[in-house]
Amino acid sequence: MNNSVKSLLAVLFGLIAGALLMALTGHNPVEGYKYLIQGGLKNPERIGNTLATATPLILTGLSVAFAFRTGLFNIGAAGQMLFGGFCATAVGLSLDLPRALLLLVMVLAGFIGGALWAVVPGFLKAKYNVHEVVSTIMMNWTAYWTVYYVIPAYFKGTSLETESRQLPPDAMLHQQWLSDMFQGSYVNLGFFIAVIAVLIVAFLINKTTLGYELKAVGFNRHASEYAGIAVKRSIVLSMFISGGLAGLAGVAQYAGNASSMQIGVLPSQGFDGIAVALLGINAPLGVLVSALFFGILYSGRGFMNAMTEIPPEIADSIIAIIIYFAATSILIERLYRKLKLRRAANKKQGE
Amino acid sequence: MWTTIEQIFPYAIAYTIPLLITALGALFSERSGVVNIGLDGLMIVGSFIGAFVIFKMQAQWPGQSWVLWVGLLAAAAASALFSLLHAFASINLSANQIISGTAINMIAGALTIFLARNITGSGKISITNGFAPFDVPWLSKIPIIGDLFFTKTYATTWLVLLVLVLSALALYRTPFGLRLRSCGEHPHAAEAAGIKVQSMRYVGVMISGAFSGLGGAVILLTYSGEFTGNVAGLGFLALASLIFGQWKPLGILLATLFFGFATTVANVSQVIPSLAVFPPVILKIFPYVVTLVALVIFSKSSNAPKAVGEPFDSGKR
Repeated sequence: MNNSVKSLLAVLFGLIAGALLMALTGHNPVEGYKYLIQGGLKNPERIGNTLATATPLILTGLSVAFAFRTGLFNIGAAGQMLFGGFCATAVGLSLDLPRALLLLVMVLAGFIGGALWAVVPGFLKAKYNVHEVVSTIMMNWTAYWTVYYVIPAYFKGTSLETESRQLPPDAMLHQQWLSDMFQGSYVNLGFFIAVIAVLIVAFLINKTTLGYELKAVGFNRHASEYAGIAVKRSIVLSMFISGGLAGLAGVAQYAGNASSMQIGVLPSQGFDGIAVALLGINAPLGVLVSALFFGILYSGRGFMNAMTEIPPEIADSIIAIIIYFAATSILIERLYRKLKLRRAANKKQGE
Repeated sequence: MWTTIEQIFPYAIAYTIPLLITALGALFSERSGVVNIGLDGLMIVGSFIGAFVIFKMQAQWPGQSWVLWVGLLAAAAASALFSLLHAFASINLSANQIISGTAINMIAGALTIFLARNITGSGKISITNGFAPFDVPWLSKIPIIGDLFFTKTYATTWLVLLVLVLSALALYRTPFGLRLRSCGEHPHAAEAAGIKVQSMRYVGVMISGAFSGLGGAVILLTYSGEFTGNVAGLGFLALASLIFGQWKPLGILLATLFFGFATTVANVSQVIPSLAVFPPVILKIFPYVVTLVALVIFSKSSNAPKAVGEPFDSGKR
């Protein structure tokens, strides 16, 4: 069965499970879904907000998917995103440059910040075979506490202890014509960064020697080594790129969707990136589509919560259930195969 | 210095215990051959069910302490049931165990808050009282040891330590333990010897679920007092403790004690003059950096079960 069909079925089952949940807790599922979708897509402003919500998800999803394709499970996108966003914010608050140059430096800083945070687990994996799942989790908490103390010490906001200063308008990804086009939405240049990243990653994975080598290492480390690929270098490089993409998500989130950084929060988009990658079958285009879908759920849930009594966490629940169905899609495949066999057997009997 | 140690000791132990029981459960799961990264989610489920059951029962029977034990039991049972999702995916369907575990974490994190909001509106469930710390009679009078180990202890601490001893005995001194471990080392040999690999793995995962549920409920009943929809990432820390402790009960005990003390020291450093000389950020990231270093040191001689994470396929030799 085609992989994208499996993903669509997982979505379908997830939505059905969500409807059951709403019904079981005494809400009207039809109304719930109506307001959920309206909240995400009702007017240009809401569509813009959906795109903005999806932006960091596209990038973290891309980050996780890229690592997956090269045989690595990057569960640390949250920490990389946080640290990348922090580096970009630090640059934005410290440097005084013309806008275009400043934004470019911020994007670079975000990419490198995230990449450095992922290179550590990559290096430990390549050199000492330390499993990246545990090391990236440790890096998540390290990023969490680093940002927790450095922001109040050096970039403290004027009113709140727990926030950084507001970024100056020149250091933000907001663009007036874009907001006007979407009637005042907070959609920003981050979305274009995400789309460009999708295209570059697609090209890198599918059309270049480097991408081929990285994928080969993911399939079989030993065979690749035998074929003359520098396996250790590939692993580190792969984590570098993956972390960089998560860092860009931080730029889009903290200098685009928000204008300052809060401390004491690991961005949820980091973990959602795993879901996005999985549903998007680790393909760049699939990531884009599934991130947009999750974007609708996340940006519509507020409206739904305002119009009905349904708690906004229904969106998270639906996404989580979709991921479970995606992980167990082999069950659907088995049923499908059994059905096909039975039909073939019936046909034979009929003849 | 001594008074400092004496002061932080009870807090460090209180922090260690839920970590210990959760990591201990994961030991069963991984020894049977299934990676369980869903510990965090299973703890959240335990914390939620514990809070819900106790919240409802305390309204009915205020001030009764047996209610708390019922809550603990319910939490363990609920998490064991919830862990079946992971067991089914990774044992019957040969799904990627890390993805399945991640799904468990996500479902638990989202669903429990969703349900809690339907119950209380705020998404938090508070219980009126948890276990009260007590001094162990007689033993707390012993100089030094009494002050450290037998003062201000929780009933759950003793329960978990008992479970630790029983688990170590079960794993290393009973036929059951031998069978369970063989499924994680060499499942095909185990099958040839007549062991039902899949059933053993189910048992491993469900013990992990039950213990994680206990862990989540212990947090609720000792130092937190309310369900808030997360357990501050302790499930992941438990997973790290398991690896840090090299998949051995005593190692796990030492690893979780290390995390317990390092975290407590970091938490209280600002109010204790002898610790305030360190910048807090150093103390906070210290346990995580040490774990990374430890992973590097152990990487040469890893004691991980050989078949952990690999789906069992009876036909594949």
